[in-house]
Amino acid sequence: MTDSKYFTTTKKGEIFELKAELNSDKKEKKKEAVKKVIASMTVGKDVSALFPDVVNCMQTDNLELKKLVYLYLMNYAKSQPDMAIMAVNTFVKDCEDPNPLIRALAVRTMGCIRVDKITEYLCEPLRKCLKDEDPYVRKTAAVCVAKLHDINAQLVEDQGFLDTLKDLISDSNPMVVANAVAALSEIAESHPNSNLLDLNPQSINKLLTALNECTEWGQIFILDCLANYTPRDDRESQSICERVTPRLSHANSAVVLSAVKVLMKFMEMLPKDLDYYGTLLKKLAPPLVTLLSAEPELQYVALRNINLIVQKRPEILKHEMKVFFVKYNDPIYVKLEKLDIMIRLASQANIAQVLAELKEYATEVDVDFVRKAVRAIGRCAIKVEQSAERCVSTLLDLIQTKVNYVVQEAIVVIKDIFRKYPNKYESVIATLCENLDSLDEPEARAAMIWIVGEYAERIDNADELLESFLEGFHDESTQVQLQLLTAIVKLFLKKPTETQELVQQVLSLATQDSDNPDLRDRGYIYWRLLSTDPVAAKEVVLAEKPLISEETDLIEPTLLEELICHIGTLASVYHKPPSAFVEGSRGVMHKRLPLGGDIGGSPAMGAGFGAAPAVMPASLNAPVGGGLGDLFDLGGGVGMPMGAYIPPKTVWLPAMKAKGLEISGTFARRAGVIQMELVLTNKAMSVMTDFAIQFNRNSFGLAPAGPLQVLTPLGPNQTIEVSLPLSTVGPVMKMDPLNNLQVAVKNNIDVFYFSCQYPISMLFVEDGKMERQVFLATWKDIPNDNESQFQIQDCHLNSDAASNKLQGSNIFTIAKRTVEGQDMLYMAIKLSNGIWVLAELKMQAGNPNYTVSLGTRRDGEQHY
Amino acid sequence: MIGGLFIYNHKGEVLISRVYRDDIGRNAVDAFRVNVIHARQQVRSPVTNIARTSFFHVKRSNIWLAAVTKQNVNAAMVFEFLYKMCDVMASYFGKISEENIKNNFVLIYELLDEILDFGYPQNSETGALKTFITQQGIKGQFQTKEEQSQITSQVTGQIGWRREGIKYRRNELFLDVLESVNLLMSPQGQVLSAHVSGRVVMKSYLSGMPECKFGMNDKIVIDKAGKGGVTNEAGKSTSGKQSIAIDDCTFNQCVRLSKFDSERSISFIPPDGDYELMRYRTTKDIILPFRVIPLVREVGRTKLEVKVVIKSNFKPSLLAQKIEVRIPTPLNTSGVQVICMKGKAKYKASENAIVWKIKRMAGMKESQISAEIELLPTNDKKKWARPPISMNFEVPFAPSGLKVRYLKVFESKLNYSDHDVVKWVRYIGRSGIYETRC
Repeated sequence: MTDSKYFTTTKKGEIFELKAELNSDKKEKKKEAVKKVIASMTVGKDVSALFPDVVNCMQTDNLELKKLVYLYLMNYAKSQPDMAIMAVNTFVKDCEDPNPLIRALAVRTMGCIRVDKITEYLCEPLRKCLKDEDPYVRKTAAVCVAKLHDINAQLVEDQGFLDTLKDLISDSNPMVVANAVAALSEIAESHPNSNLLDLNPQSINKLLTALNECTEWGQIFILDCLANYTPRDDRESQSICERVTPRLSHANSAVVLSAVKVLMKFMEMLPKDLDYYGTLLKKLAPPLVTLLSAEPELQYVALRNINLIVQKRPEILKHEMKVFFVKYNDPIYVKLEKLDIMIRLASQANIAQVLAELKEYATEVDVDFVRKAVRAIGRCAIKVEQSAERCVSTLLDLIQTKVNYVVQEAIVVIKDIFRKYPNKYESVIATLCENLDSLDEPEARAAMIWIVGEYAERIDNADELLESFLEGFHDESTQVQLQLLTAIVKLFLKKPTETQELVQQVLSLATQDSDNPDLRDRGYIYWRLLSTDPVAAKEVVLAEKPLISEETDLIEPTLLEELICHIGTLASVYHKPPSAFVEGSRGVMHKRLPLGGDIGGSPAMGAGFGAAPAVMPASLNAPVGGGLGDLFDLGGGVGMPMGAYIPPKTVWLPAMKAKGLEISGTFARRAGVIQMELVLTNKAMSVMTDFAIQFNRNSFGLAPAGPLQVLTPLGPNQTIEVSLPLSTVGPVMKMDPLNNLQVAVKNNIDVFYFSCQYPISMLFVEDGKMERQVFLATWKDIPNDNESQFQIQDCHLNSDAASNKLQGSNIFTIAKRTVEGQDMLYMAIKLSNGIWVLAELKMQAGNPNYTVSLGTRRDGEQHY
Repeated sequence: MIGGLFIYNHKGEVLISRVYRDDIGRNAVDAFRVNVIHARQQVRSPVTNIARTSFFHVKRSNIWLAAVTKQNVNAAMVFEFLYKMCDVMASYFGKISEENIKNNFVLIYELLDEILDFGYPQNSETGALKTFITQQGIKGQFQTKEEQSQITSQVTGQIGWRREGIKYRRNELFLDVLESVNLLMSPQGQVLSAHVSGRVVMKSYLSGMPECKFGMNDKIVIDKAGKGGVTNEAGKSTSGKQSIAIDDCTFNQCVRLSKFDSERSISFIPPDGDYELMRYRTTKDIILPFRVIPLVREVGRTKLEVKVVIKSNFKPSLLAQKIEVRIPTPLNTSGVQVICMKGKAKYKASENAIVWKIKRMAGMKESQISAEIELLPTNDKKKWARPPISMNFEVPFAPSGLKVRYLKVFESKLNYSDHDVVKWVRYIGRSGIYETRC
């Protein structure tokens, strides 16, 4: 007789029948009935109506039946809390059973029943089980503490279970130690600052001893826990490394990867000239290579991790290129990852081999893989200059195959090669032009158009080629349209006589018939440039282009450091920090390599200041005043570390207005750089990519100092935080209000506009200190008309505190005077555009209202 | 940690569903079915993230096993656990099939309760598990107190993989050195890449808790011994045997790793029955059992002449078996004529290849095949990619040169010594991916 029959009953009235069977007198029949219930539960049928009947079967000597009933209880207790109480007695009794297997079973199951009333009864049995004579019960109880903590953290703390758990780290049984470590690590994750694990050289020593004796899984728990420890010096670091390296020969890949994580992290602390450092580097390569002979799923995990390791320490695997060669039967996900690593390891020494391989791959079947292989050839050309010529000829061979997607991919990479090595490989253009008709992907079309435009003077029929694209201008994607516009303007500047008509045509298409503001703007810019100053146009359009970088898709260094600390885990598979995919408080804590330098720290400070509801006189709706009011911020304590004031983030662009893209953000000044801190949230159903940002002209010439760093596509419901450094050298135009900023953000879906106001204070520069004499002279120089006064109310800071606080925002106190119980502060501010603003701040002890007089020498400036 | 574990059949119906964490709901079961099992595309990754829930899956024949989590778990551990779970199930009821899973679902739930607690893997050695979880229901209620504590101490103990009190009338050990030799060779006979991946597989039927020591001709060990002992003028070690350089090796968890790290000696208390003691990899001084010399000539646009010579490169007294040479042919082949000196050769149109089979071949011999391939004229511009010629074979030696030097057994409590144990050692070398480009 087999159990599969339980899956087959699907009649109506089944529940009723089961009920009868459960209440049968015959033991065998009861057991059969419970099995049926469990089978129904598995396939997703609701059998919760049978709760009292199943619980009635719990009082039994039959362990198998008991286990089945427990399984049922775990599933349905939450939905029937009142009835679940009925089970408590049995649990408590079982926890006293002479058989350790039953004691453990009871404590294990009780922890899985998430009913508040039951957890109260759990405490006493759990306390006993934590001190049970049998290690099997203790190791189960250790995990149970973590379960209980998940249900009711406060209870666990109040009952002192955490201390008992800590004691178990010194248990004589290695498995108890391992489970205690696992439980403590998990609890510690939700209390980032509690120092629960309290790792010190003594406890580390205990862990390292247990490491040699416990099961493979226990070794993983211990190694993952060790990775959180920061050794006190290089000596300690080395001695831990020495005791962890034997794990590299373990058959379990997870043990190996966790050991690699510990070693990669602690290596940071070792001096590079140490012999041991070199030994360790050598020891890391063979186990990493061996991981590649594991099952494909594990290979995938290993490869994703190797990708990180290669970026962090390329020297480890630089001689191992061959092992990453793709095998014909590898699953596609392994192939793609191997290819990625091959490119990272490509160097002058091995480039010939790599190219030969890539050429083989380009003839395979899987389209994604072939594309990636073709792209890889291009990347090799850019990375290893000596190989560029060979790469180009390989690409040409591939173009000859006429396989559509191969040709398109090849053209895209050839464009990059042209940019890296200008004026070197133009001879191939003729071949490229032959394939013009077969290009149907925007990226390839855009690349081809770029090539034609860039080398227009050498292509006799460039005008014809570009004209052919122009026919379907409005059906092209934005990428192609923009490229076509630029290419034709380039062509015109190079051959003005023949192409006047063409350029007219494209300009009018772009400016008059297009709905796309990007395109229109660019069209207008070219049009005006060409009509007013053709020489300037030449300088702009045909300007020398910056070289493109050798390495693409590199992970940003701070993220890489964090990911190295997460080797072996999901974060290292996704190449994303845990906060990007883990909900709630868990994993939000950012891990960092030791000695990695102190990064960040300031974001939290800004948040501490909170909102500033300073009331301004209605007549002076001046944002500067607003800014100053904010700077004082009533809530901030005097003892707080001083930092520039950062207003809280506000929503600038609601998702409703931007096809699902929500943008909120704020401005900050960090280390002398103005930062625009954006939070992009994708509330749409589809993935967003290709983010870019632009500012309209504004009062202080703010402009992005770099591109918007959104490297990974933003999936649905994902949020990404970016900070964009700003410069103040952009074009200037007076805005109303003065600190208004109009922003355009583009992604693969559309272009969106919003405006926001920045606090003037972020424009205050660090060298705003002024000599007293100069201050006095300037103060006198200010015409009366340029002075204004207003009051800040409800400020409870004394003059020194205020002065300190303002200094944090680059408002410098030049002098202080006390007249008739009033403190007068004289302060100076220098704006990024070189304008000085002087202020006098009057405060009266006991009066929370301050009077500010502002003055500046330049006319007009203080109207804000 | 692991939040839940599901097993599905090929249609996506749930056979087993066990949830360990509160953050995993019933909808996770459906999410995986809809997004992965029923997905139109081929699976592009073994890890899938659906709505902030991560799914790890492996497939065994047409059964899907999926582990689910919402946390940043150790991904390598999750896969290792899934493989382990397959091993455990297979050792209880054989092949992992829908039928077997349905027949044993109560057992599987019991196992899942034992080997995974709150998503943390626990002892999953079948040797230990079988002492208290059996297919005939749970033992336990009839056990004596001693038996119970013996079980618990074994499950939690240092030697979780072996139980006490095993007895055999005849103490026997079987040791197989299984190697697969991989080669990629250029048409000119240049080795592009070659490596051996080997396994030492054991079957032990030993009484008590024996301590074993395994030795092989590992270069590092022999050099060490050589330095300490007398070396002859040639500088070779006194043992006289050749040694091999092992690139890397991994061991079964029964092997004391710290001892290997410090002394490079392999000592262990073996599990009972079948197990894999170690895996290793070598890349230096590999004996390539066969050399393939291809010659392809295009005669006009409609004919190809192919000549392939294979040479066996090992002791004449040894015999290679199950030799198969696979010569790919272009897609537009219309007819093939083959002549071979030895064995049988056939053109298999469905596989686009000429398959040449030889049952046996002694060392230091040579054989040859020649074929005329007629082609249909095509206007396909894409050139024929000339896939490599691949080979399969089996030889009775280890291509890496690995030799077992000793395997000693000590059992202090019982009255049998190393000499009483019957030991069998066997070497088998097989082809892995053994290809020659043409």
